[in-house]
Amino acid sequence: MSEQVSDAEAAGGARWPLVLYAALTGAGVTQASYVPDAGHARLIELLHQNPEVQTTVLTTEEEGIALSAGAWLGGAKAVLLMQSSGVGNCVNMLSLMSACRMPLLALVTMRGEWAEFNPWQIPMGKATPGVLELMGVTTMRLERPEDAEEVITSAMTLAFDGDQQVAVLISQRMLGRKRWVEAK
Amino acid sequence: MAPDGALDRRKAVRLLLAERGDLLVVTGLGSPSYDVFDAGDHDGTFYLWGAMGGAAMVGLGLALAQPSRPVAVITGDGEQLMAAGALMTIAAKKPGNLTVAVLDNGHFGETGMQVSHSGLGVRLDAVARACGFPATAALATEEDLAAYRPELARLSGGPRFARIPIATGHVERALPPRDGAYLKTRFRRHLGIRVG
Repeated sequence: MSEQVSDAEAAGGARWPLVLYAALTGAGVTQASYVPDAGHARLIELLHQNPEVQTTVLTTEEEGIALSAGAWLGGAKAVLLMQSSGVGNCVNMLSLMSACRMPLLALVTMRGEWAEFNPWQIPMGKATPGVLELMGVTTMRLERPEDAEEVITSAMTLAFDGDQQVAVLISQRMLGRKRWVEAK
Repeated sequence: MAPDGALDRRKAVRLLLAERGDLLVVTGLGSPSYDVFDAGDHDGTFYLWGAMGGAAMVGLGLALAQPSRPVAVITGDGEQLMAAGALMTIAAKKPGNLTVAVLDNGHFGETGMQVSHSGLGVRLDAVARACGFPATAALATEEDLAAYRPELARLSGGPRFARIPIATGHVERALPPRDGAYLKTRFRRHLGIRVG
């Protein structure tokens, strides 16, 4: 049996989660919901530490789409964090945002696209951009840590000012290879 | 085993929403949207016409954004069954100002009255209790509904879950506006949010 060495360790050393966090809170995002992913671990931790941010752990990603809609109805900005495998769970719920022209900001950590060892992650990883675009969601890529601020701020403007549904796809190459060790 | 509700759904919703005060309401697609519209259209009501399984979570996002307003989700058993996990999410988040009320006829009414899980024995109020809702109720009579009304106005003690067994009889459709962007803007204006 093997267990994953926390990718959070790797991500924890990186600055880009802090950049995303500062940009989100700086823009007035006060709700964050997530199905966890190792690549999001540091950002989730930071959001939890902020008493101004309501964090909600979800049983499935589509709940976060509906939660984001409710937040916006109530005058709050929300962010939804998920892994690419969760994008398929959201498909019909995205029609809520499209029919109501409501903003959606989703940060999606990619699997199945770079040095992926798990074949089960590959189909949804490959389909992720296409599925989002078919449902009218604008996708943006975050490939290099130094682009984090520019990409997130531009995504937030498009979402919250432009009333668009936006997903930032965070590349697996940037997140780093998944590392595994044998359990003791 | 079908729920043995004898309540007329229109009357049940009218009773629940009488004197609604500053209650904000989110409705689940299909008949609950029609029932709430029939009880009296209101700028503080957001009707879902799709997004099956989304009503309770829209209610959660709204309740978290507006902690000084009571929020009620009024939906049907079929819609809530699709979002069984959302009951866990809501129970875990513990929004004091949120009530989820399920009109339960044990059937998928919009699609030809096929029997639902609820009609086959699942008790959604027991599910909600198991998920951790601190307050759950079954409101089977008009007296129950009238007595429950003050609960809907509360800002603490939630989330609450109410199962309302209703009759399966046919009711005329009463159709609220379908334009989602309009409903969104109307709702936000009602809360005093500037239209951009």
